[in-house]
Amino acid sequence: MNAVVLRRRAIDLIALVLATAATLFGLVCLVWILFTTVWEGAAAVTPALFTQMTPPPGSDGGLLNALYGSAVMIALAVAMGTPIGIAAGTYLAEHGRHTKLAATVRFINDILLSAPSIVVGLFVYEIAVRTVGHFSGYAGAIALAIILLPIVVRTSEESLRLVPNQMREAAFALGLPRWKLTVQIIYKGAMTGLVTGTLLAIARISGETAPLLFTALNNQFWNADLARPMANIPVILYQYAMSPYDNWVQLAWAGALILTLFVLALNLGVRLLAKKVLSR
Amino acid sequence: MIAFPPIRSSRPDSGGRRGDALFEHGTAAAALLVLILLCGIFLSMAWGGRLAFQTFGLHFLTSSTWDAVNGQFGALVPIYGTMASSAIALVIAVPVSIGIALFLTDIAPRWMRGPVGTAIELLAAIPSIIYGMWGLFVFAPFLARHIEPWVSGHLGQWPILGPLFTGPPIGIGLLPAGIVLGIMIIPFVASVARDVFGAVPPGIREAAVSLGATRWELLSRVTLPYTRSAVSGAVFLGLGRALGETMAVTFVIGNSHDLNPSLLMPGNSIAAALANEFTEADTDLYRSSLIALALLLFVVTFIILSMAKLMLLRLERISGKSNS
Repeated sequence: MNAVVLRRRAIDLIALVLATAATLFGLVCLVWILFTTVWEGAAAVTPALFTQMTPPPGSDGGLLNALYGSAVMIALAVAMGTPIGIAAGTYLAEHGRHTKLAATVRFINDILLSAPSIVVGLFVYEIAVRTVGHFSGYAGAIALAIILLPIVVRTSEESLRLVPNQMREAAFALGLPRWKLTVQIIYKGAMTGLVTGTLLAIARISGETAPLLFTALNNQFWNADLARPMANIPVILYQYAMSPYDNWVQLAWAGALILTLFVLALNLGVRLLAKKVLSR
Repeated sequence: MIAFPPIRSSRPDSGGRRGDALFEHGTAAAALLVLILLCGIFLSMAWGGRLAFQTFGLHFLTSSTWDAVNGQFGALVPIYGTMASSAIALVIAVPVSIGIALFLTDIAPRWMRGPVGTAIELLAAIPSIIYGMWGLFVFAPFLARHIEPWVSGHLGQWPILGPLFTGPPIGIGLLPAGIVLGIMIIPFVASVARDVFGAVPPGIREAAVSLGATRWELLSRVTLPYTRSAVSGAVFLGLGRALGETMAVTFVIGNSHDLNPSLLMPGNSIAAALANEFTEADTDLYRSSLIALALLLFVVTFIILSMAKLMLLRLERISGKSNS
């Protein structure tokens, strides 16, 4: 074997080792982060977490008000964002598929998808907090809805496009108006995709902290009034993890564990769902 | 013959045409809302930041004074911190992501590709606040104990770049922020890179292999040149994410407004400054300066993400043509 071949083989081997090392690096980071969360969180998870309010420094408590606030704001965000998102996705996939407007919206939507979420928080602060004069759960829900919207637009367009054209042709041949075709046939065919997209969007917004900092803010107490500042898991985690009090930091880890498990379960569940549909 | 139900031909399109028009306009309005949202964000930031721009002019971008008490605000420190931490993130994420993409397309046995790919993608699902807590409580102490003493001891002695790497090993600063950011954007860059590597026409790959190319030569001479535009798009996508990432950075960057080039010293980024200070901003000028920062961040990420999108679009068009 001559020297050139040997050198090429050696370089190839180095590249393969480095690529494998890069993959290992990614996996180690994932495992390290998850392990930390489980290790620190498991020690702090107690039944009181789900039955008591967030405590003052130095005493025991739970996260009930924050869990409730997060759930309510996420639900409201989904109720606001999903219909609009699916409608926009419908326009992109059906009525306006080849129009200039659709091309522009697709482009801008992809940018909003990755736009800094803290700027969305500031935007909602300007329109829904400053004008009203105080922080509120509504503002938080609006901010989350704005984060959720581009995700739903993207996933719903993709899933509507997957519905075979023969379905549309068959329905047209029967003289069905287009809107009935969309609502009664296309949506039914794309249902799994629409649900998947919404679940992914929920997974994304349930961990979003930055847009809630200036909108829902936080609340130490039980509050079911959306017009007032509302406790929520991400902002509680931020405030407690940065605090010097041990019991707050512990609570933050417990909350981190719950949040991570919820988000990962949603993500893995969505993958299983998608796989099942693909293999059908 | 199959008996179809009679078509109501006396009133064609009863409710059909009007319903169609209504439905089409309704969905178009929803789509338009996406555009309005973007314009709204831009305009409200520009409006909110006008006081700062009026007061400081272009000096706002070049001054490093950030003095809330005396009402003097300059954005240089957060701008430097944002750029430096994102640059570190790219230095880490780009080679690692390409390595992962190579591993997933050419090296790993077939059964391993799915699970490993999913695991890497899960890195993107972890909320950024979790990265922040991990960064603050686990990674920063690790860095301070094992990595930073070595960095300041060795790299700190370098002639020109030395000042970048001097400082006490405290684990909080631009370097940890950059590393955490790098880990966070790996899944975004890696998954796009893997997808485009997989989209290289088999004919070209087989031609290279038949000429005796090793896997490294296949990657460096065929795959990367062929996918150059899309891989750059993926890198820009990662950069756009890194620039605007807030919570993870806020935890580990140190939130200091002193201008210090060293990556081991506490610094600040635009997003972290917003997260930390906005609710405490007590004067109109202070608030306006922060919103001006947000406008800057928004415009820059918009440009970066547009470039990413254009580069990725070009590949779609090319591969679309070659397929059809």
